[in-house]
Amino acid sequence: MRFNTQSVLKMALIATAAASLAACASKPKPNPDPGPRPGPSQPDRPYQPPPGPGPVDSRPIPGSSQDFIINVGDFVYFDLDSFDIRADAMPVLDAQAAWLRRYPNVRIRIEGNCDERGTREYNLALGSRRANAVREYLVQRGVAPSRIATLSNGKERPVDPGYGEDAYQRNRNGQTIITDGAR
Amino acid sequence: MLASHEDPPMTLRSLLIALCALIMGAAALPGVAAAQVEIDINQGNIEPVPIAVPAFTGGGRGADIAQVISANLERSGFFAPINPSAFPERDLNIAVQPRFDAWKAIDAQILVNGQVTVEADGRMRVDFRLWNVGDGSPLLGLQFTSTPENWRRVAHKISDQIYERLTGETGYFDTRVVFIAESGPRGKRVKRLSIMDQDGANNSYLTDGSYIVMTPRFSAGSQEITYMALRPTGSSIYLFNIETGRQETLGRFAGMVFAPRFSPDGKRVVFSVERNGNSDLYLMDLRSRGQTRLTSDPGIDTSGSFSPNGGQIVFNSDRGGSPQLYVMNSDGSGVRRISRGGGRYTTPVWSPKGDFIAFTKQSGGVFHIGVMKPDGSDERILTTSYLDEGPTWAPNGRVLMFFREGRGGEPRLWNVDITGRILRPAPYQGSGSDPAWSPLLD
Repeated sequence: MRFNTQSVLKMALIATAAASLAACASKPKPNPDPGPRPGPSQPDRPYQPPPGPGPVDSRPIPGSSQDFIINVGDFVYFDLDSFDIRADAMPVLDAQAAWLRRYPNVRIRIEGNCDERGTREYNLALGSRRANAVREYLVQRGVAPSRIATLSNGKERPVDPGYGEDAYQRNRNGQTIITDGAR
Repeated sequence: MLASHEDPPMTLRSLLIALCALIMGAAALPGVAAAQVEIDINQGNIEPVPIAVPAFTGGGRGADIAQVISANLERSGFFAPINPSAFPERDLNIAVQPRFDAWKAIDAQILVNGQVTVEADGRMRVDFRLWNVGDGSPLLGLQFTSTPENWRRVAHKISDQIYERLTGETGYFDTRVVFIAESGPRGKRVKRLSIMDQDGANNSYLTDGSYIVMTPRFSAGSQEITYMALRPTGSSIYLFNIETGRQETLGRFAGMVFAPRFSPDGKRVVFSVERNGNSDLYLMDLRSRGQTRLTSDPGIDTSGSFSPNGGQIVFNSDRGGSPQLYVMNSDGSGVRRISRGGGRYTTPVWSPKGDFIAFTKQSGGVFHIGVMKPDGSDERILTTSYLDEGPTWAPNGRVLMFFREGRGGEPRLWNVDITGRILRPAPYQGSGSDPAWSPLLD
């Protein structure tokens, strides 16, 4: 995955990544009264740990890029040499459209990508078709066309560097990237 | 934006060629003697001709020049240079006839000897002679003059003369190749526009790798390159003058622009413009910047390539359901499909001789480089691998370069001749793709 450059977003991403690894993350809190300290001056007193910190829930800020990526989904996938929106992509794009309607200041770029089993120039054209298919779907669901840019990477930016159909499938995608207006 | 040249671009005109200084009249050769060593490079299976290229005399670059000539001829696939350790004579004075019996004894059929002289003004003069060892007849004698630092180009020009004299086809050694030098891990490759001599020497970078570059192509004069750059903000087509370093874009477009190619006269560029997901071919006049739309089909139309007379364009379209090759007049009229075999055809490139169109073909899960006649007949598959892509023609229309990427490997440049018999890695050690061969240099 690639993200935009604002460092705030990057920091938020780190928090998000931690949140996605564990259901809840916890952070030690400063304790105003840590109690008696163990130390050489009190060798005969058994150490008592301070009261443990409670759980702190973490989640992406609603309306942020991380909110979009984690709770909506930024990728949809395509069949071989096709730019038809698949049935499994529709709920993702419906959710993208709903989210974008909710945050009307957000601007996006849709990038179309292809697997490596094609030649460069043809894949640039195919990636454009994919990006545009996603764009048209979102426009039909009420997202203003002026908020959407498109780009084709052809086969130049595979998300999965592997070989075989699983990797190729991941690389045949349309990625919705938030470029502006996120919280 | 531009990385500095590691090597300054060669001033093409600094190479003064005393081409007509024929020491011996090659045209007056007895046909029978010459016939013994003439090579038909359009034949599929031929035995490489044993050739001896001893170090040119006169010190300096003499040995280097002989080595470059020998390597060029060997790579062509039509010659088998004999190991110098077997040579019966050294320091061959070009004013004296070689001892042909001694060269015959090591099975040499062709002998090249030469001499390097530094003239009073510091320029370098190279004389060479080409001999038919069998009957001792002279085949060619020429003299080249240039600056000493141009010694590789002199060696390439001599190679071209030898190749042409013996095969009847124009040589292709005094040429350069632009390509994309690739580095870094798969998926995050750094791609830099690069240029090198056809033998891999004098490699330098023209862009710094901070953005993706693709599909460079030479103009007919070899001094200008057009290529495509891809950034998150969009794509651009550039015109880049390799002599001056001057660079400009073709202009601003609403959608993607890609697949640029010069017309044979260098005055126009055919390219693809995408709008609302649909790619069509456009033609731009470089002086007026006026644009003409050539196709308006809902299918993908890309990878246009002019015929050598500029009258026609071959291109790639999936208007019929899968990517195939089509030819049209260069005003967009008269579109007809030419590819007929099963499979997916892309990246057509019209031969500079006009007699073939090279392409990439995908079928049965593998990729091929192939050639067909401009009417689609006589399809020949030349290569097969996991990924072969993007052929480019040597200026003689008899040799191709393309790139091959193995499963688990990096892209590499390869050469193949139009018979498919001579297939070998191009003499570039690094990872590269999207080669484009220059015309013969001045």
